[in-house]
Amino acid sequence: MGVKAANVDGINFVPAVEQGVSEEEDMKVKKYLRGEAADLGALQDKKLKGQLAVREELYGKSAQAAAKAEKWLMPSEGGYLEVEGIEKTWRIRQEAIAREVDILSSRKQFDIVLPELGPYTLDLSLSGRYMVAAGRKGHLALLDMKNMDLIKEFQVRETVRDVVFLHNQKLFAAAQKNNIVLRFDFVLLLFQGACSGNLKLGSTNLVLRKGDCMWIINQCKILENKDLVQDLIDVGKSIKFIRNGDFQNPEEHGAAARLQFLNKHFLLTSINKLGQLHFQDITTGEMVGNFRTGLGRSDAMEVNPFNNVTAVGHSGGTVSMWKPTSAAPLVKMLCHRGPVTALAFHSNGHLMATAGMERKIKLWDLRKFEVLQTLPGHAKTMNFSQKGLLATATGSYVQILGDFSGSQEYSRYMGHSMAKGYQIRKVLFRPYEDVLAIGHSMGWSSILIPGSGEPNFDTWVANPFETRKQRNEKEVRSLLDKLPPETIMLDPTKIGSMRPTRKKEHPTKKEREEEKEAAVEGAKSISFKKKTKGRSKSSKVARRSKKL
Amino acid sequence: MKVKVISRSTDEFTRERSQDLQRVFRNFDPNLRTQEKATEYVRALSAAKLDKIFARPFIGAMDGHIDAVSCMAKNPNHLKGVFSGSMDGDIRLWDLATRRTVCQFPGHQGAVRGLTVSTDGHVLVSCGTDSTVRLWNVPIPSLMASDDSSDNEAKPLAVYVWKNAFWAVDHQWDGELFATAGAQVDIWNHNRSQPVNSFEWGKDTTISLRFNPGEPNILATSASDRSITIYDLRLSSPARKIIMRTKTNSIAWNPMEPMNFTAANEDCNCYSYDARKLDEARCVHKDHVSAVMDIDYSPTGREFVTGSYDRTVRIFQYNGGHSREIYHTKRMQRVFCVKFSCDASYVISGSDDTNLRLWKAKASEQLGVLLPRERKKHEYLEAVKNRYKHLPEVKRIVRHRHLPKAIYKAASLRRIMTEAERKRTERRRAHSAPGMLGRQKFSSICNNQTSHAEVFLFLWELLHHLDTIPFDNICNDSISLTVHASASPCSASRTPEKIPSAMPSGDPADLLQ
Repeated sequence: MGVKAANVDGINFVPAVEQGVSEEEDMKVKKYLRGEAADLGALQDKKLKGQLAVREELYGKSAQAAAKAEKWLMPSEGGYLEVEGIEKTWRIRQEAIAREVDILSSRKQFDIVLPELGPYTLDLSLSGRYMVAAGRKGHLALLDMKNMDLIKEFQVRETVRDVVFLHNQKLFAAAQKNNIVLRFDFVLLLFQGACSGNLKLGSTNLVLRKGDCMWIINQCKILENKDLVQDLIDVGKSIKFIRNGDFQNPEEHGAAARLQFLNKHFLLTSINKLGQLHFQDITTGEMVGNFRTGLGRSDAMEVNPFNNVTAVGHSGGTVSMWKPTSAAPLVKMLCHRGPVTALAFHSNGHLMATAGMERKIKLWDLRKFEVLQTLPGHAKTMNFSQKGLLATATGSYVQILGDFSGSQEYSRYMGHSMAKGYQIRKVLFRPYEDVLAIGHSMGWSSILIPGSGEPNFDTWVANPFETRKQRNEKEVRSLLDKLPPETIMLDPTKIGSMRPTRKKEHPTKKEREEEKEAAVEGAKSISFKKKTKGRSKSSKVARRSKKL
Repeated sequence: MKVKVISRSTDEFTRERSQDLQRVFRNFDPNLRTQEKATEYVRALSAAKLDKIFARPFIGAMDGHIDAVSCMAKNPNHLKGVFSGSMDGDIRLWDLATRRTVCQFPGHQGAVRGLTVSTDGHVLVSCGTDSTVRLWNVPIPSLMASDDSSDNEAKPLAVYVWKNAFWAVDHQWDGELFATAGAQVDIWNHNRSQPVNSFEWGKDTTISLRFNPGEPNILATSASDRSITIYDLRLSSPARKIIMRTKTNSIAWNPMEPMNFTAANEDCNCYSYDARKLDEARCVHKDHVSAVMDIDYSPTGREFVTGSYDRTVRIFQYNGGHSREIYHTKRMQRVFCVKFSCDASYVISGSDDTNLRLWKAKASEQLGVLLPRERKKHEYLEAVKNRYKHLPEVKRIVRHRHLPKAIYKAASLRRIMTEAERKRTERRRAHSAPGMLGRQKFSSICNNQTSHAEVFLFLWELLHHLDTIPFDNICNDSISLTVHASASPCSASRTPEKIPSAMPSGDPADLLQ
């Protein structure tokens, strides 16, 4: 008897490890399935049903194949921070981490102190290898973060409000003020970062200033001016770019406060002091969209990486979401009772974090537009990492929040205090690295946050080890695949699907009868006013009542 | 405390030597690739545009005949070889790769009307209006390639003279027999100078015939009495017959679904039929604006090519109501014969302007050997294009074709005419008493006596010519009449079973005595 029972048990027995493995596999497959399968039960068309069933099966197979291939294609493991006993992750300091990690990683912790020209704002290239830092007082620096190398440095001698990389590290845009030529107007300038080697810093400066003039000059056709032509030849590349790009008047951007770049659409987005939102196609120079938000000035602008919708946080506490092809916002949501100070999007596009002046940080589910969680605290700047950690910073303190319960409940993960008096302007997680870059009033710093970055990069998406040839090839490819601005919408998976046929609802016979009866009943109760002027003749009254 | 952070050494992620290939790492996480659908859509759009840019279907013309090309035959055993016969009695063998004549077969006195090659590829059969059937030895391909002289002349293997002019010939698949069409359908053996069997149904001339590729004894013919008849050689009597509204110029069986055939009709349409169920057409292929002269199926059975009197060649899907492709040039005149090449990648057309023309079956296909990367790219673009083909912008680009002005005008005129006809019948039905204009169906009429069938046929003819009853059938342009023939052999005449072996087969005069 006992033997038998054991046998039966033996058949049904699945080792716990294997069960865990299969569950893990299911999770992986789910990731690649990109949503639920279509419901084919409601379909009438048998032929279509068959075709779709075949397709669904194919999707399932490919997702499984991708999940299985993960083992070989993605060998690197992500970073982690594990504590024992009464240790708490948020008590662990950067010095302790630096002692534990390898020497290559410990070099990623640094502080660059530049007290003169701050506060600094930052931007990182898609692969996370290059960084551009912009000091408010006109210092622009382009850095290679892998080799810890300064590639190029400019001093533009005017206020720089924001800086953003365009499609690769060769180009970046800076929102700055030109008080010489354009007379206290803020203009947007496009630099050829890392120009040809023989250009000196001084000459670059000079020419760039002349380049500013060129917007006006081009229109007046002062190319006869020999000095200017000589200058044009001198800077060759950068001027050529501007000329080829044939940008419209950059003044249109106005006093740009924040910049963003939609790299799939080649759209440069800016919001200016007056709350005007601009979308400019940088390949053609065309101004695709120019909208007045009308919701007050805004200090926060972010792009949702999932659908490339631009979100702007306003001083009235609303967050509005925009696409370049409509003058009205797609979404207008009241998030805070005070001005919105910072915005951040999770990479899956379903989670948004907003911070308001009234000491609240809120996490929103963008599928339902509902608050998931409200946390206390100020945040001047926020950023989500690839693995979903949220960095918030205010004053000189950076806090990292993490979702460890798996139910989108963010809790304290790590913290880092800068030296007292430093004002943090920008925090950014480096993609594909466990590093957080911080731009502050005294320069910029970099700290280690284990478990923040995606450990496996894709050579065709963003490659930190990109060679020049690969970069050139990718530029051409991305230009070929440039998306039209119409493809920006709240749900990008809708593209290519058919609008469901709306059936005209005919009233049933019963309904029609009822409607008729109701009308008759209604007509019966109408009492007509007696009208004079011969209408009240008894014969006519009789005829009228008969008609009814 | 345990800490690990991502740390990549450059050596592990870059190549060791400059000769090595660059290292490639993949991560298929959907979060890394956003806007997938939009990207695919843009790629589909540019693939459709590229297809239009690379659509250069015309490869070249083959010049040599001095009269209109009337018929063609492809060699099932040799990809490059194609035979063509012209109205002046000239037969040529062409090499498609070099587009030159390899060999000529002189002998016919009048127009060559039919050409066919035996399935083993050794024997060419030709027939013509000079009432002769000629058998030729097909030159061996290896010799053909080395021999460069174009005035290579072949001698006929046999010449069989018969009583009437011939209109078409086709060879049985994997057999010894071939059939000719003329005043009646004659079945011949390679070695007999007289037909071994002949069939007749009605008195009109049979103008085309085609053996079934799957069932070697089944034969479909069309005659100038507007009929399509299916014969079974084993029954020794016609099996089925339908009568169309206009004459059928040519018939082709689907090689992959051999129960289906498609008939090229005078009324500008092609009709696909299931040979087992002739009461309605499975599909009507419309697009030509003049009589369809010839039709040939692709060996894949998924599409067929038609040549028309309107000077165009069209390619249809086997189940598509409208053509996938239209080919035309300024110099191409009325097309009398078309063939799909045996590898389904080329189309050959022979026209009134004495030329054969070689076209690509897929207009924008890249010829030559493709690198694996190129092939993958083409496959990918084809797949995304197929995925987004229903979107209006992609659809518009894919559908667009440049048409000659004459065709464009004729097509729009035809559209107006058919629309008017449709409206007229609709109104007539709306204004007549119910049941008066019921759907007329002449389907599945079974007669045990063929004479009954003929009487009925006569009545039907009468009705049709008087045009008193508006016919309305499911396939809306053809009226089908099916007669299942009885077992009684009344119209099939048998030739003597045995021919004395001593009789010299080469002398046709003796045979006629």
